[in-house]
Amino acid sequence: MSSIGTGYDLSVTTFSPDGRVFQIEYAAKAVDNSGTVVGIKCKDGVVLGVEKLIASKMMLPGSNRRIHAVHRHSGMAVAGLAADGRQIVARAKSEATNYESVYGEPIPVKELADRVASYVHLCTLYWWLRPFGCGVILGGYDRDGPQLYMVEPSGVSHRYFGTSIGKGRQAAKTEIEKLKLSEMTCRQGVIEVAKIIYGVHDEAKDKAFELEMSWVCDESNRQHQKVPDDLLEEAKAAAKAALEEMDAD
Amino acid sequence: MAFLWLLIWEVRSPSLHPCSYGSTLRYKGVERMKPVGKHSLIGASGELSDFQEILRYLDELMLYDNLWDNGNSLGPKEVHNYLTRVMYNRRNQFNPLWNSLVLGGVKNGQKYLGTVNMIGVHYEDNHVATGFGNHLARPILRDEWHENLSFEDGVKLLEKCMRVLLYRDRSAVNKLQATNITEEGVTISQPYALKTSWNLAAFKNPTVGAEGSW
Repeated sequence: MSSIGTGYDLSVTTFSPDGRVFQIEYAAKAVDNSGTVVGIKCKDGVVLGVEKLIASKMMLPGSNRRIHAVHRHSGMAVAGLAADGRQIVARAKSEATNYESVYGEPIPVKELADRVASYVHLCTLYWWLRPFGCGVILGGYDRDGPQLYMVEPSGVSHRYFGTSIGKGRQAAKTEIEKLKLSEMTCRQGVIEVAKIIYGVHDEAKDKAFELEMSWVCDESNRQHQKVPDDLLEEAKAAAKAALEEMDAD
Repeated sequence: MAFLWLLIWEVRSPSLHPCSYGSTLRYKGVERMKPVGKHSLIGASGELSDFQEILRYLDELMLYDNLWDNGNSLGPKEVHNYLTRVMYNRRNQFNPLWNSLVLGGVKNGQKYLGTVNMIGVHYEDNHVATGFGNHLARPILRDEWHENLSFEDGVKLLEKCMRVLLYRDRSAVNKLQATNITEEGVTISQPYALKTSWNLAAFKNPTVGAEGSW
């Protein structure tokens, strides 16, 4: 799958003989090594979930947020280098407020995704800038309904029904494909995302993790916010129960 | 002009003034009071376009505050301080926002009522007013306001003040709204009119006894 790009991987402005830009691929590896991030689009909204691997027991739960609100109607979950992610979020916030002050309406999610993707792509064009080492799942609700986009370090952005990035993305994608998303409400979606994240968490390799989830849906008044505490607890309990069932098999 | 605020649960009556077009009292349906975030309410007198700009600043401020998504939110004291900085800075640049603002709210049980005007003068008190309200209404409030006013009594007191303003201010219009801010939130009433009585003998024959009249 990956090959050593000796000589052709020193700069993001260098192509290899087989047409690859290795620096961008290496940036993607930074994303692949981070905790799983899952996003799904349900019939009434979008749910984002992050497996936050806890580096130290001294960290306060609820700190080191990985899901950030970009505007009232949209939010972004980040995988990869956290500091790079903060930069992308800051840029997205600024694009969103700028759009609203010029056009008088909240930025359509598609437009926001385009702008974020352009910005990420920008940093792959110059030798004096390095690519962002993070991938972003962007969920929002505008007048075209709920939408889910993903932006990779290469600057490509696609629209999805459900997607995941990070360590457990392959397993997570398999699980997402089993879900009937078009019939699911966000309340149910939250439970499913929790189950997926608990399911793909590798107990052997990584010790503890904290589940962080957010949603934008009709129930939250089309505002992006953290999933309410009681629903989050319910989701965690359901996920743990599902895990035990699987273990019992 | 004439915004009156009372610190009880925070009752406030907006002005009796329409938005003028020169000296024409042109737009009588414009609302000059708006809620700000979860805890506060702002009312303005003066230039409407500047008030709209202030609302935009506050919207940006509140958005930035909400995006932290950490359970915290800006309260009336903070918003008042922000507005004071904005107004005073603009005055120092000789480009003022031509408004007198009144800001009140309740956060965590603490009531707050403050005012700031176009030159940056700001203070908080149990009752504030703008424009003519300062001269006609505040003396009444100084006498009759007390700590334990109920909401209904507060509204009556404010209506008493507003009636005085309605009778005496030549550019006042009989249309006002009362608002109530509590810990739970902000409610703004529908516009209503005060009962006035112009049946005074002096109005029947206004020039009787005036110098030079017959």
